[in-house]
Amino acid sequence: MRPLPESRKQPVSKYTADRNIPGAFEGETVTRRRFMVSTTHVAGGVATAAILLPALGFAAGTPIFERAPVIWTPVGKPEDFPDDDYVPRVITLTQGIGEVGKSTVYMRRRNPSIDDVAGAPAPPPTDAPVIAISSRCMHLGCPVRWTSAAQRFICPCHGGVYGFKGEVSGGPPVRPLDHFYTRMRNGQVEVGPRYSVNSQFRRFPSFRDPGQPLDGIGQYLYPGRLSTPKNP
Amino acid sequence: MKLPTPPVPKRFQDTPARPGGPKPAKPLEQVQEGGIHVAGWVDERTSLSGGVRWMFFRKVPKGTNWFYTLGSATMFAFLSQAITGVFLAMYYTPSPTQAYESARHITNDVFLGEFVRGMHKWGSSVMVILIFLHMGRTFFFGAYKYPRELNWIIGVVLVILTFVMSLTGYLLPFDQRSYWATIVAANINGTGPLVGPFLSDFLRGGAEFGATTLSRFYAIHMMLVPGLIAALIGAHLYLVAKLGTTAPPWLRADKDEKLREERV
Repeated sequence: MRPLPESRKQPVSKYTADRNIPGAFEGETVTRRRFMVSTTHVAGGVATAAILLPALGFAAGTPIFERAPVIWTPVGKPEDFPDDDYVPRVITLTQGIGEVGKSTVYMRRRNPSIDDVAGAPAPPPTDAPVIAISSRCMHLGCPVRWTSAAQRFICPCHGGVYGFKGEVSGGPPVRPLDHFYTRMRNGQVEVGPRYSVNSQFRRFPSFRDPGQPLDGIGQYLYPGRLSTPKNP
Repeated sequence: MKLPTPPVPKRFQDTPARPGGPKPAKPLEQVQEGGIHVAGWVDERTSLSGGVRWMFFRKVPKGTNWFYTLGSATMFAFLSQAITGVFLAMYYTPSPTQAYESARHITNDVFLGEFVRGMHKWGSSVMVILIFLHMGRTFFFGAYKYPRELNWIIGVVLVILTFVMSLTGYLLPFDQRSYWATIVAANINGTGPLVGPFLSDFLRGGAEFGATTLSRFYAIHMMLVPGLIAALIGAHLYLVAKLGTTAPPWLRADKDEKLREERV
């Protein structure tokens, strides 16, 4: 086979004036046809973006960037709750959607012999003297049930089991049960926003979804979100 | 008995057929003529007949069998879902406080409601089973190989979109099962590192299962994904017609007698 020639065509000058294009300007390198084509492409791109970007922002903006409001639900006096057992209370997580927006919390009074052991992190300073534990399983979010006889929280979906303080004692959950901030108003305990804890019960105010571990690298792999309610 | 002819003026009377001329068309022939005329009118203005012939009268390899019908079976399952879905939407209310009640109303009160809802519910499983069988047929017959790789990729996207339909449709009855299944599904999405938390926020429409979660799922289920599926089925079918189907793997190509002679 014969080798191909170095260049089969004469190299074309980049200046339109050298290519005998009528009406070419001195130093012009872009032909008018090329200029019109790229202008049309840019205009089409701008028009498409003008429709697509607002639509995407509309679909994703509020869910990801808008903070949920803080809702406080009164659940009773501190004396209503035992300090060695949990009682269920219903609170509102989302307003305006009826039963769907409600959730069960398990309440007990603070017990110094259980909660104030060495190494346990201090409770939030504004908290009422109660513990409010979420019924949301930390495997994938099914509702756990407090089983008093076994002193365990048990999840019906995939067999998650938690101990008295909400720590994982078996099954697939990746971290202890979430807690809720509480406060005293007019002698009533009120339950407010949720917060997550890791296995050392360190507090993570922007609560994480179930299935997201918060120990070690987990706290960086599953960052806090902008959509959770503001810290009290 | 013959009635007397009414006194119709001459210019309104039918002229008698010329003897020896063509016989007048019979009614059936007239209908046939009419149909041909309409089809010709459309074809003259669109040239559709070439495309129709290209799509429906193409050559298929020897050995084509019932396994080759799984793809169109899946498509008809999708069409059935689309039709029943449109009519279910006439009675369904995608609101957290009314969805369950409207689904109950469809099943218990609306004439044939239980039947149409049942078609949509069971049809979704039928579509998933058929699309899997179709995928298995394509895989085991080697029909994904050159030059049909792009069609395999489109098919995989269609499988994923079918799963998206299954996931988003599961919430719509809004009973305990749909609610908790959707909670679990959103949280599974949340376990993706770094993007997971924001993905589940996007799915739910916020940090908690909220007022707009149901309408988001409804909009995805009945507007966004069906349109995508219909468009991709079009592309899938175009490539099938363009590239042709494969022979089953147990069929050997016929040896050409002339070629064998020349080799000696």
